[in-house]
Amino acid sequence: MSSETNNTVPGVKVTIDNITIEVPAGTTILNAARQIGGDVTPPAMCYYSKLEGSGGKCRTCLVEVAAGSTADPRPMPKLVASCRTGVMEGMVVKNITSDKVKEARAGVVEFLLLNHPLDCPVCDQAGECHLQDLGYEHGKEGTRYEFDRRTFEKEDIGPYIQLHMTRCILCYRCTYVADQLTDQRVHGVLDRGDHAEISTHISKAIDNNFSGNMIDVCPVGALTDKTFRFKNRVWFTKPVYAHRDCPDCCGKVTLWQRGDEVLRVTARKDQWGEVCSHEGKPGWICNTCRFDKKSAHDWVIEGPADVSRHSVISQGHYQQLQTPKETLPEVMGGRAPKLMMDIHEVSEVNRIELSQLPGAATGKDFNSPTDQGK
Amino acid sequence: MGRKLLLEKAHVPGIATYEVYRREGGYRSVEKALQSMSPDQVTEEVKKSGLRGRGGAGFPTGMKWGFLAKPEGVPRYLVVNADESEPGTFKDRYLMEFIPHLLIEGMITASYALGSNRSYVYIRGEYAWVAEILEKAIDEARANGWLGKNILGRGFDCDIYVHRGAGAYICGEETALLESLEGKRGNPRIKPPFPAVKGLWGCPTVVNNVETVAAVVPIINEGGEEYAKIGMGKSTGTKLISACGNINKPGVYEIDMTISVEEFIYSDEYCGGIPAGKKLKACIPGGSSVPILPANLLLKTAKGETRMMNYESLADGGFATGSMMGSGGFIVLDDSQCVVRHTYSLARFYRHESCGQCSPCREGTGWMEKILWNIETGKGKISDIDLLWDIQRKIEGNTICPLGDAAAWPVAAAIRHFRDEFEWHVLHPQEAQQRNYGLMHYADPIHVPNPVMA
Repeated sequence: MSSETNNTVPGVKVTIDNITIEVPAGTTILNAARQIGGDVTPPAMCYYSKLEGSGGKCRTCLVEVAAGSTADPRPMPKLVASCRTGVMEGMVVKNITSDKVKEARAGVVEFLLLNHPLDCPVCDQAGECHLQDLGYEHGKEGTRYEFDRRTFEKEDIGPYIQLHMTRCILCYRCTYVADQLTDQRVHGVLDRGDHAEISTHISKAIDNNFSGNMIDVCPVGALTDKTFRFKNRVWFTKPVYAHRDCPDCCGKVTLWQRGDEVLRVTARKDQWGEVCSHEGKPGWICNTCRFDKKSAHDWVIEGPADVSRHSVISQGHYQQLQTPKETLPEVMGGRAPKLMMDIHEVSEVNRIELSQLPGAATGKDFNSPTDQGK
Repeated sequence: MGRKLLLEKAHVPGIATYEVYRREGGYRSVEKALQSMSPDQVTEEVKKSGLRGRGGAGFPTGMKWGFLAKPEGVPRYLVVNADESEPGTFKDRYLMEFIPHLLIEGMITASYALGSNRSYVYIRGEYAWVAEILEKAIDEARANGWLGKNILGRGFDCDIYVHRGAGAYICGEETALLESLEGKRGNPRIKPPFPAVKGLWGCPTVVNNVETVAAVVPIINEGGEEYAKIGMGKSTGTKLISACGNINKPGVYEIDMTISVEEFIYSDEYCGGIPAGKKLKACIPGGSSVPILPANLLLKTAKGETRMMNYESLADGGFATGSMMGSGGFIVLDDSQCVVRHTYSLARFYRHESCGQCSPCREGTGWMEKILWNIETGKGKISDIDLLWDIQRKIEGNTICPLGDAAAWPVAAAIRHFRDEFEWHVLHPQEAQQRNYGLMHYADPIHVPNPVMA
């Protein structure tokens, strides 16, 4: 588990986007950047710190290494996958400060979206889709692709999971879950190139008590929970931490509720969208907890879940919003980013607590005091 | 007449059998190495010879052997890459088919140098009959004491196994080959760690091309310094070139890298010129992945010097005006060939062979193929040419393995040198369906500006 900090190992100093941090030797660039947090962290679609061997495939986390190490300060000739490249003492990494990286990343996003349907409004993953976030943060406004996208029939793999290969970006995470969590892997990647597909061999049912974790690691809507599909949009549900005494797994979950009804149970996720660790162990949950315990009585409710401020789920006005660390001034050596226009000069948008308004918001509510006299 | 080291005896009747091969001086290098040299001395000879990897990248073989980690108690492996799948390259097949014992002899010597007690030949599945030839030769070698336990009584054990691939180009990439050899899906591994540290089953491994390993035989027989005298500059020894396309005499030729490209194409000793009185339009000098060159840049470098058949000269001018020696798949195109069509064929190949692991290659190769098909069939737009350029630029260098680069380079080079032919296809869609663009200016002498004295 490379992301866990081990303080006994001597640290190495690495500089990522002008921010220097000391991390244990053997840490990857990506995990070092995650310790800094904020905008300097490269996005990752295939890497999953809890799955051994994952990463290196999607190429969204490419970074430029401007200096390899103190001993050998030559830059690396190519962009490297930060999730699979270890840091060295004195390494200088450029992520958001490198134009090469930004361009390559925009290219990767375009490639990932080539064969991905852009029908987010009808996709069950919308609102918690990593590819949606990636496209929003790093993509271009339009596509240059003029051809038909590849499509597949939806496929039920086992009683609980539906595979819609059309949405898959071939990150291989689910195969690592099957390899590392279950007794026997019965699904994998068939074929190669852009005709490769995730499938069971051949149309076997996936029947394993931990198979549901494949849904949690899937960054897109390719693997979805059949007990939850199209029951509700995630941003209308209320995520709540809960636990139960489970003989098979850690029993620590997030319940996705509407009123008192439990619509869905998932493992708890951290700010990188990965399953949280509990007492040093990844908090994978079993299928019994995930699919069969759909009543609030089965659980001990702990309280509202942490929700990232950037997530669409946060529009439900939760108290526990997690604001990412602001790193830009540090990246820019103390200078504040140049503000093109302060929206608050013309509008009170984002300052008004919508839930406090008596009725629906109107234009009048947002007009700034300076404008009102005109 | 150039010097021949590998194929000199290839046409002695019965050379594929052990008796004839031994009678013609075979297995001398094993005797010499095992009886009079230490493993390090063998590696030293290979270093002195300046031998460069014959699989495509041209990395110095001796240096590669020197990188091999040698931890105590961990086996080391030699794996011979016979997954020769590059379009236009068929030199290893020729060598293994006609003179299989040469490869086996080279493997025993190389295994001795590297300390590999189990060595593998990973051969592409389509070479089914060649695998049988190799297995027969291995049996003969074992029966005569060249393989097995305690070879020549010197305490060195070695055995060779032939492993058949299932027909994937990607398994010619060394780490994908190792995955496949381990029985897994042939996806390239993420480097580092390099195979020299963690290769087959996590042990230090050297992966060499068939021709590279075969070249160890003359190096040990004649000495590294003698070998280095053949050839030019850093291109030492001899190189097998598989010539094909619009030439009178397609086939495998052994050259000593001192001849010019022009001589190679037109002399009767080699390709014998272009048939039916047609003219040379373009050539891919090193297998389908390397950049295509128009006739004028092929025969002369941008500096106006004669281009020679060796690593440095073919690469002269970088990718802007040069190409690469690659794996020696020499594909000649005459003036009746369409570069757009040709580029489409290559793009189709790379799309089909991409492993699908990393997104730029998986998605980009298919996209390029579709755009090229549009241009070829008269449905293209001028902006498509710029789009192709942008796509290839975003694939190159951003992938796990070199297949992404190999898919990007032919497209880039075709647009770089033949852009007007692409534009002609777009602007004259109907005419382009009926006739080819032809030779046009591609063979015109290049203008070399005189340096202005300041």
